[in-house]
Amino acid sequence: MAEMDTSSGGGHKKGPGVKKSKKLSTRVDLTPMVDLGFLLITFFVFTTTMSQSTAMKMNEPKDDSTQILKVKNSGAMTILLGKGDQVYYYYGQLEADKLSEQFKSTSFKEIRELIVAKKKATNIDDLMFIIKSDKESTFKNAIDILDEMSICDVPPGHYAEVDITETEDLLIRRTEEANNIR
Amino acid sequence: MPKVKIPRKSTAIDMTAMCDVAFLLLSFFILATKQKPPEVLSVTPPASVSSKAAPDKSILITLTKEGKAFLMLGDDTKKGEILQNINDIKGIGLTPGEMAKWKKAAFIGLPLGQIKSSLNAAREIPAGQLPGIPTDSTNNEMIDWMRSITNVYAGTDQKKLEEMLLVKGDNAALYPSFKRIKEAFKKNEIYKFRIVTNGEAVPVGSELYKKGNTK
Repeated sequence: MAEMDTSSGGGHKKGPGVKKSKKLSTRVDLTPMVDLGFLLITFFVFTTTMSQSTAMKMNEPKDDSTQILKVKNSGAMTILLGKGDQVYYYYGQLEADKLSEQFKSTSFKEIRELIVAKKKATNIDDLMFIIKSDKESTFKNAIDILDEMSICDVPPGHYAEVDITETEDLLIRRTEEANNIR
Repeated sequence: MPKVKIPRKSTAIDMTAMCDVAFLLLSFFILATKQKPPEVLSVTPPASVSSKAAPDKSILITLTKEGKAFLMLGDDTKKGEILQNINDIKGIGLTPGEMAKWKKAAFIGLPLGQIKSSLNAAREIPAGQLPGIPTDSTNNEMIDWMRSITNVYAGTDQKKLEEMLLVKGDNAALYPSFKRIKEAFKKNEIYKFRIVTNGEAVPVGSELYKKGNTK
């Protein structure tokens, strides 16, 4: 303990001429030190739990040309990732005469609602999200959209990453030019 | 009536015990937390709702902002074997002394052709100036690396290897650079791997959130 017996020589008689020295208490107020201790603890606790990195599973399909998955037009939604965090989408298959109607642009903020709406409107067996990343989209976009799939609880096997086609690439370029995205 | 004297007690509490506890806890937390290995390559990974912690012992491919790929072999028991394997297959022709030196390197960020000369160079190239492992479609050396890794791990469980393979990419890395790494995996019949992300809470009200709450 931080207390010490400072009252020594209580009964001891001092001779004449011996000056009485002032007795100072050795007790220190430890409250600020306790405060500091707990402050540091809270700091360490918060900083350590925040920077935990996690691992996300990735399953890639086998490149097997004999096993091409046929998807119903009514259940398919194609999500395209473009430059500048832009998202484009269309339902079913692109038809040459209705391109501008089908091909729509959106953002990462709104895509969640669209995914959920599509999921609710479609029979689960027919549901398929086709994800295509443009060559100017980023790694973040590719991971975000996969994350979006797990946030919307789309079962595995009902979404897939597919290479972008030339027509789609051209459509993205044209939309980007029209919307002035760089 | 005689007055009852209430003895006055001091309100000061002895803080020593509390101070002891505070610092004991502090020292416990400092010692118990694992030190993060110093990161030479600064990469900010994207966020995901995945809650599984990334394994420590791993084969990590880091993808920087510029799309450069770096390989870190975290499993020390197999590191020597992997390096030896790629040395034999690709005919780099390193001497045992050079091999030992190579084994000490924290990560690999050079084309195979430049490894011998860099090991003998007087000055090390700073991490920021390393060219990275080439992953172009014509010369994808990541395929060779993955082949050596699968060769060395051939005896062990495939699932164990899949759990060790990590890709850590920067937010701003372009998609094609990531795609070429995926191709390198696929060429070696690896279809499952993991992506290092920053943990993120499940958005309130989303489908996954509802599912988690009803369970």
